[in-house]
Amino acid sequence: MKHVFPFSAIVGQEQMKQAMILTAVDPGIGGVLVFGDRGTGKSTAVRALAALLPPIRAVMGSATNAESLEDVADWDRMAGQEITERPTPVVDLPLGATEDRVVGALDIERAITHGEKAFEPGLLARANRGYLYIDEVNLLEDHIVDLLLDVAQSGENLIEREGLSVRHDARFVLVGSGNPEEGELRPQLLDRFGLSVEVRSPSDIEERIEVIRRRAAYEANPAAFTEKWQEADAEIRAAILAGRAALPGVEAGAAALRDCAELCLALGSDGLRGELTLLRTARAQAAFEGASEVTRAHLRGVAPMALSHRLRRDPLDEAGSSARVMRLLDDVLA
Amino acid sequence: MKQDRTETWVAGHLALTLLAVDPRGLGGMHLRARASPVRRAFLDLAPEALQPFLRLPPTLDEAALFGGVDIAQSLAAGRIVLQQGLLSRPGTRCLTMAERLPRGRAAQLAQVLDAGSDEAVLLLDEGIEDEAAPEALTDRLAFRVDLDGVRALDIAELALAPDEIAAARARLSDVDCPDDALVALAVTAARAGVASLRAPLLALYAARAHAALNRRNRLENEDLTTAVALVLAPRATELPEEDESAEPPPEEQPPDDDSPPPEDSGDPMALPEDMLIEAMRAALPEGALQALQARNTAKTARGTGAGARKRGNRRGRPLPSQPGRPSSDTRLDLIATLRAAAPWQKSRRAAEPGRSGLILRREDFRVKVYEERSDRLVIFLVDASGSAAMARLAEAKGAVERLLGDAYASRDHVALVAFRGAGAQLLLPPTRSLVQAKRALGGLPGGGGTPLAAGLTAAADLAESGRAQGMTPALALLTDGRANIGFAGPGRAEAEADATRVAARIARLGLPGLVLDTNTRPKSALSDLARRMGAAYLPLPRADAGAISRSVADALGG
Repeated sequence: MKHVFPFSAIVGQEQMKQAMILTAVDPGIGGVLVFGDRGTGKSTAVRALAALLPPIRAVMGSATNAESLEDVADWDRMAGQEITERPTPVVDLPLGATEDRVVGALDIERAITHGEKAFEPGLLARANRGYLYIDEVNLLEDHIVDLLLDVAQSGENLIEREGLSVRHDARFVLVGSGNPEEGELRPQLLDRFGLSVEVRSPSDIEERIEVIRRRAAYEANPAAFTEKWQEADAEIRAAILAGRAALPGVEAGAAALRDCAELCLALGSDGLRGELTLLRTARAQAAFEGASEVTRAHLRGVAPMALSHRLRRDPLDEAGSSARVMRLLDDVLA
Repeated sequence: MKQDRTETWVAGHLALTLLAVDPRGLGGMHLRARASPVRRAFLDLAPEALQPFLRLPPTLDEAALFGGVDIAQSLAAGRIVLQQGLLSRPGTRCLTMAERLPRGRAAQLAQVLDAGSDEAVLLLDEGIEDEAAPEALTDRLAFRVDLDGVRALDIAELALAPDEIAAARARLSDVDCPDDALVALAVTAARAGVASLRAPLLALYAARAHAALNRRNRLENEDLTTAVALVLAPRATELPEEDESAEPPPEEQPPDDDSPPPEDSGDPMALPEDMLIEAMRAALPEGALQALQARNTAKTARGTGAGARKRGNRRGRPLPSQPGRPSSDTRLDLIATLRAAAPWQKSRRAAEPGRSGLILRREDFRVKVYEERSDRLVIFLVDASGSAAMARLAEAKGAVERLLGDAYASRDHVALVAFRGAGAQLLLPPTRSLVQAKRALGGLPGGGGTPLAAGLTAAADLAESGRAQGMTPALALLTDGRANIGFAGPGRAEAEADATRVAARIARLGLPGLVLDTNTRPKSALSDLARRMGAAYLPLPRADAGAISRSVADALGG
């Protein structure tokens, strides 16, 4: 088996790691957008997270990773009867992917050889219950983006084409990464990501050296390196699982709700998605920390990543949007 | 401090040799050179281990590169025949005309590199001036060699026996890379303003390959200096301080990349670093600092070049294919046609038992349909002359950023040209990136005469090139004055005559246009100019960024 760079061995980039862990605690948060410089470990982190997560239980052979036999789609011929474990799926959506490959299409091979109309599932089916990772998401073709938006929102992929009429579950955590200098992301898509973080090249020399040192060690001997970090990874995994279990019991009091609403009002973010995501993320953070109630500290910790991409752009404000959120946090939660 | 052309040649060859020793670790080489006998000679002399070269032009489609369905074979065989992508073949991946490589493809290739590949990548970059191969790839390749200026007579024969390289490959894993070498390279990279964290690691691998080539099992200073010269020096964005003593170098760090200078008087690391910095300085040719600065300013003006070249136009949004006959202006959608025909094959074959292969009927044909929607390019032409220039420029910048901020969903590209003094200057090439716009517009001088004709010419040129790329240009001129500098020089009459002529050229281009008069009192000369340009005229005495962007959006049909 190929050894993936361990999640716990990633130096720095705390915001990014925190955001990814929170979506693992509560996949309903709705995805992470990671924007930043080259060579800062964006892709590494996504793959590492998936390797860290516990395997999911799914019907053997199911194209959509169906959880139980009832969930198996009727077109899914490969699905067996048993339930087995498989790693959390991480599906890469390459930039050049055609619509057919993303949503699925008529299975030409079967059509030609058997004269049957059969559905061939696409990447969205494979990503169900896992992660859909789009590198350079800002360069993705617009019509694919539109399509992803629809599915990500409804959790269901609906195919009505070529005489096919198929629907299947497609609930996945969207992880997008990109470099803002190469083009911005449309606001509609931005808003759809639950969290957004910015990553920078570390500026501390010691940190930089440590990054290179670990990478060199990993490349020299992946097996030994992964082994060394196994324990730290296991701790994070245990905390994520404990967080998932604790999540339903985490209380969000009236004061926390009021704080959320006031923050979003002060920021002038569009719609109510800001409040909802903020609250949800704060609860996930509380659950991950083992707290029983959402406090202001939790809100403070997650507000920048939950809100910074929902601000109305003020191009004349030189400060980054995270800085604006921080300023407001100090005002509102004073 | 110097590097003559033969040295470039030799260094380039050393890089190729190291690449042959460790293609997996080093990734490849970014070779900047025009297609020339010199480049051919350079590649011909590449070590045998790198041969054969697999030429991959930028136009290759995805199926050809990564594999996919071979349509012709599938049709003949009556079953799906998969073709192997070129990338599954052995051989150095030689990307020709890398400066034209689409970014999406570059990202895919970068993924291939990240997954680990035993084949090196050679980016043959024929770009002139700012054109360059996508950074997503160049960042992952260890070497960058520029053969510019190397002539045929500088070519030197260099030969290394193939078994030397094989021996070095075998020795590679035994080379011990001490931690202090890694630290020294990381510090050197940081001091030279190399932001990417891949660079120091690539340098380490280059040093390792060099040690292996020289039959050593431990990195020595010579290996490190070679690695610095080959890997880090071409990436340097600033030169480390000239002095060699232990004087702290505080100002050399860029603001966004500053690391506390690794300066402790008793630091045992100080020595190799100084040596490496020295190596870096030696590897950078005379005048490199100026060149570096020039490159950096060019970069600010152009950004990554993404806006201009990236995609002039989408081919349109694909709509579902429709039944129809293929003709010269429609394209057959082969897959859709096959899909339409596929379910009927069994029954058709039953009707025509003697026939083999796929049976297509006329009603099976599907043609591709695209919805054309072209991007708009709003060109701001701003008068930066005279006393009120600063205020006007500031507001124009605000308007540009606001337009980008508000309207990028509507696929607007924005460009900004300013004119003052002797001529016009393209401050912001067509872009959709707000980040790029902000960077390009910071710090912009104003004052001087009004070379209106030069400004209009620059804008018209830009509009034409935008149109050639499939965009729909529109022009917004912000000014308060009359032309007083013509093509030949100062002189109000000539200047106005020149401006009138260029205005007529713009009218012929048929651009939607807008002249914003920022005088406190509207000037008739400007409304005349607007009429000659075929543009709308709008007096806007106290133009602020919001008003400008609003009126531009309104006037140009938002």
